Amino acid sequence: MAEVTYSWPENHKARLIGKRVSRLDGMEKSTGAAKYTYDVNLPKQLVVRALGCPHAHCRVISVDTSAAERVPGVVLVHLIKAPKPGDDPVEIRADGTLLVAVAGETEAIAAEGVSKLKVKYELLESFVADHDLQAAEAKKRTKKAGGGIELDEALGEPGDDDDEEEWEEQKVQELFAQSKYVVEGNYGIDTITHCCLEPHGSTLHWEGDRLKVNLSTQNVSRTDDGYADALKISADEVDVHCEYIGGGFGSKFKPDYWGIAAAEIAKKAGRPVKFLLTRDQELKIGGNRPSGFIDVKLGADENGVVQVWDSHHWGTSGFNGSTVSVGNFPYVFRPKNWRRRATGIITDNEPSVAWRAPNHPQACAITQTAYDDLAAKMHADSLDIFLRNLENIDSPEKSLVYAEQLRIGADLIDWRKHWHLHGKGKRRGSVVEGLGIGIHKWGGTANSSNCLLKIHPDGGVESYCGTQDLGTGTRTICAMVLAETLGLPIEAVKVNIGSSTYPFSGASGGSTTVGAVSESHRRAAQEVLAQLFELVAKKLEVPADKLEASNGSISAVDYSGKAMSWKQACSLIGIQPLEVTSIYKRGDDSPLSSSNVAGCQMARVAVDTDTGVVKIIKMVAVQDMGLVMNRKTAESQVYGAMIMSIAAALFEQRINDPKTGAFINSELDSYRLPRLGDTGELVVHFHEPESERARGVIGLGEPPAISGGAAIANAVCNATGVRVPTLPLTPKRVLDALRTAKG
Amino acid sequence: MSQQSSQGVSRRGFLKGSGAAVAASSVVSSTEAEAAAPGLQVVSGETSITMKVNGKSMAAKVEPRTTLLDVLRYQFDLTGAKPVSLGGSSGASTVLVGGKAVMASTTLALAVAGKEVTTCESLGGDAVPSAFVEHDAQQCGFCTPGFVVAVRAFLNKYPNATEEQIRAGLNGNICRCGTYANILQAVISLVKGN
Repeated sequence: MAEVTYSWPENHKARLIGKRVSRLDGMEKSTGAAKYTYDVNLPKQLVVRALGCPHAHCRVISVDTSAAERVPGVVLVHLIKAPKPGDDPVEIRADGTLLVAVAGETEAIAAEGVSKLKVKYELLESFVADHDLQAAEAKKRTKKAGGGIELDEALGEPGDDDDEEEWEEQKVQELFAQSKYVVEGNYGIDTITHCCLEPHGSTLHWEGDRLKVNLSTQNVSRTDDGYADALKISADEVDVHCEYIGGGFGSKFKPDYWGIAAAEIAKKAGRPVKFLLTRDQELKIGGNRPSGFIDVKLGADENGVVQVWDSHHWGTSGFNGSTVSVGNFPYVFRPKNWRRRATGIITDNEPSVAWRAPNHPQACAITQTAYDDLAAKMHADSLDIFLRNLENIDSPEKSLVYAEQLRIGADLIDWRKHWHLHGKGKRRGSVVEGLGIGIHKWGGTANSSNCLLKIHPDGGVESYCGTQDLGTGTRTICAMVLAETLGLPIEAVKVNIGSSTYPFSGASGGSTTVGAVSESHRRAAQEVLAQLFELVAKKLEVPADKLEASNGSISAVDYSGKAMSWKQACSLIGIQPLEVTSIYKRGDDSPLSSSNVAGCQMARVAVDTDTGVVKIIKMVAVQDMGLVMNRKTAESQVYGAMIMSIAAALFEQRINDPKTGAFINSELDSYRLPRLGDTGELVVHFHEPESERARGVIGLGEPPAISGGAAIANAVCNATGVRVPTLPLTPKRVLDALRTAKG
Repeated sequence: MSQQSSQGVSRRGFLKGSGAAVAASSVVSSTEAEAAAPGLQVVSGETSITMKVNGKSMAAKVEPRTTLLDVLRYQFDLTGAKPVSLGGSSGASTVLVGGKAVMASTTLALAVAGKEVTTCESLGGDAVPSAFVEHDAQQCGFCTPGFVVAVRAFLNKYPNATEEQIRAGLNGNICRCGTYANILQAVISLVKGN
C-alpha cells in the first residue's frame, strides 16, 4: 500500500475546516442533558464534605470527631490533613486546606457533620503581604527566583582584573546615562484564582480492586497513574471518565489529595462516593495564579527605542515561594541590553498551579506598561512607540507580523480618531477616555494524541480518543476532521472522547488540544481512507490515487461515472470493521501542525475620575493561529479570553487579611468577576494570510488571554494621564492613584 | 458560607406560611412560631411534598433544610441547575417557580410545595437553547442551563428588549469561560426573531 502523505485539503475544497460549525454537544449543554462529574449520581453513593482549615498558618493539634459521627446519616469521618490521636500536630500553610472529611447520606448531612467537628489549633504567625518586598525580607520570607544579564557585544568584555558584577553595573549605568529618556516605574498584578464553576472533585466507586472515577479533569488519559501511586495499585486498575468538565483553566490535571481521599473513603465505606469542593474551597485551594510586582528602569534613545532594561520583580506562588517566571522579562520586547532579577515570596497560601498561558499575562501586564509610560514621558503616540520597539523583540522573525497586526488593530479600534496624548483627552463631566495596547506570543505546539478509528462494513464510522473537551469544542473538531476527510456529513461520524480506556491523548494545557486531535484524527482518517481506496480501486478498476471521497461517495477523478456510495465502498471491507490507530507524538515534524503565534489587543476605556470606575468601551483582538479549524468556536475562544483579561484587569483579586492571612473574599459575591454588562464591544480578527494557513494547526486557547490586561491598564493611563500601577484597577486604586498624582 | 448548603435552616423546623414563600430567615423555634403567628404551621423532620416539575407532578421527601436544588438534582435527576454558588450570586441554579426566575440553591423545597417548577430540561423545544447553539453561547457549559432559564425569564418580561436592556438585565449570572459576547448575540437574535 502506498504511504500516506498527510495534508490538509486546499481552502477551496474544504467543506467543514475553517467554516462556522455549531458545536455538536451544544443542545445537551443548553438543556441540562450534558452530565458533568458533579451531576453523576451513583446508586447508594455517599456525599462527602470536608472541613477547610480556617487559618492561614497553624498547627492542628487534635480533632474530636465524636459529635460529627453521631449526626444521623453520617457514615464515616476520615482524617485528611489532621493528626490521629497521639500523633504529632500537623502544620497547615494555607487557609482552606482540607483537614477532615465527613461522608453522609446527603450533602446536608455531610455538611452538618462537618459543622460538628471540634478541632484544636495552635495559631502561628502568618505572612501574606506579597506586594511588600521589604517586609518579606525582614521576615525572611524570600527566595531567589532567578535572573540574568545580557549586554550588547559592542560594550566589550570585563578585563581579567575586573569584578564582573561591578563591571556590568558600571556598563548598565553608562547606558542609562546615554539614554535620552529614562523611565522608572513600579507595577503589579495580584493573585487570581481559577474559580472553575464546576469545583474540583470526583464521583467514584470501586469494582473489586478496580477504581472507576468520574473526574472533573483536563487530563483524562493521565490521571490514572496519580491514583495508582497514591493508592498503591497499578494504573491499569484505574479508569477515569470525563464527558464534560465545568472549567479547568490549567488547574485540573491531577486527582488532587481530596480525590485520593474520596477513593479511600469509598474503599472504607464500601460505597460510591461523591466529593466535590465547596465554592469557598474551590477558590482557596482549587488553583491560583502567582502575583507579580516589579521595579523597572528603562532607558531609550531619541526615537523611543529602548536600549537598556533593568528590573527586579517579586510575587508569590504561595507557601512554596516562587513568582512569575523571569524568562519573559520584558515581555515580547527584548532590548539589546537587559538585566533582570526575580525574588519569590513565601506566603501562607495554597501553591499556584498553571493558569491559562502560565506567566505570560503577568509578565505582559507589568512590563508593557513600562513601555507605555515611555510613550507618556516622550509625549508620543503609544502605537508609534510599540511599533518602533519591534526592532528589538525576542522573536525577530515576527516583527513584520506584529507590525501588520498592530496596523489592523489600530484600524479596527479607530486609533487615529480616538488617540490623544496621555491625560490630554476631552473630559465629559468626570469621564475621560483612553486607548491602550498590549502584544503577546505563544507556542501552541500540538500535544501527543492517538486515535482509534473504526469503519464498519455497513458504513458506520466511530472514533475513540482519550482526549477531553474543556469547552473549546474538541469533540466537534474531532468530528469535523473525520467528516471532512471521509467526505461524509458531520452527523455520520460518532466521536468518543473522555475515557482513559480509549487511546492515549495528552492533557489539555498550553493550547495543545486542537492541534493534537487534528493530528491524530486526520492521520487516522487518511490512513483508513487509503485502505478503503485500495478496495474500491480494484472494484472500479481505476488507480487508487485517482480516488477521492466527497459528498458521501467515493469517485474516480478523470474517470467520469466511476463511483460508488460510501456504504457500497464499506461493504467491500468484509465482515470485520476496518480499524486504524494513528499515533502522533508531540514534537514530531508534521505538515498538519506547527507552533508560535503573535497577536495584539487594544482597548478603549472610559474612566470616571469621580468614582474610579473603569468601563470598557471597545476591545479589539488580532490573532494569528495558523489554519483556523472551526471559525465559530475559535472566535468564542478569543471572546472568552478577552473577557478573562477584563476580569483580571478590572475585577478579580485574591484578598488576604493582612493580620490573620485569611482569604477573605472566597465567595462569588465578593470575589468579583465581570458580568454580561461589563464587557463593552468586543471585536475579534483572525490574521490569516495564506502563509498562516500553510502553517497548519496552532493552539489558540492561551494567546488571546495574555495582552488584554496590559492594553486596559495602558488605556486607563492614557485616559487619566496617571499610571494606576497594580491590576486589577479597582475604583479605589484608580482614585488613590489620581489623588497621589494631584499631590 | 457556601460550605453547607442548608446550615441556615435546621433539620428541626420550618415555618410554613399559607401564602408567599417564607424566607429562610423567618425560621424560628416552634415555641416562638406558635406564639407569634396564628395560622402558620411548623413542619419538622422529613415530610413528603409534591410539586409540578416541567408539567409533571412529582413527589419528594424533604427536610426543612432541603433546598429546591437538592430535590431537583438528587431526587428527580434533573441536574441542569448547577450548584455553583449556594448563596445565589452565580445564577447557575436558576429555574422558574410559578413562571418567575429564582435560584434553586436559595429556595427551600418546602416553599415550593404545590407550585409549578420549570427547569432547563423542559426547554428543548424552546428558541433559547437553539439560539445559544447557533451563537455558540457556551464553552464549558456549566453555567449555560442557568443562563438559558434566565434568558427565557428575561425575554418573557421584555420580549422587545434593546441591546442596552439586555446588557443591564442579565447580570445575575456568571460565566467563567467568558461567553457573554455570544450570549448577547444570542439574545439579540431572539428579540429580532420575535
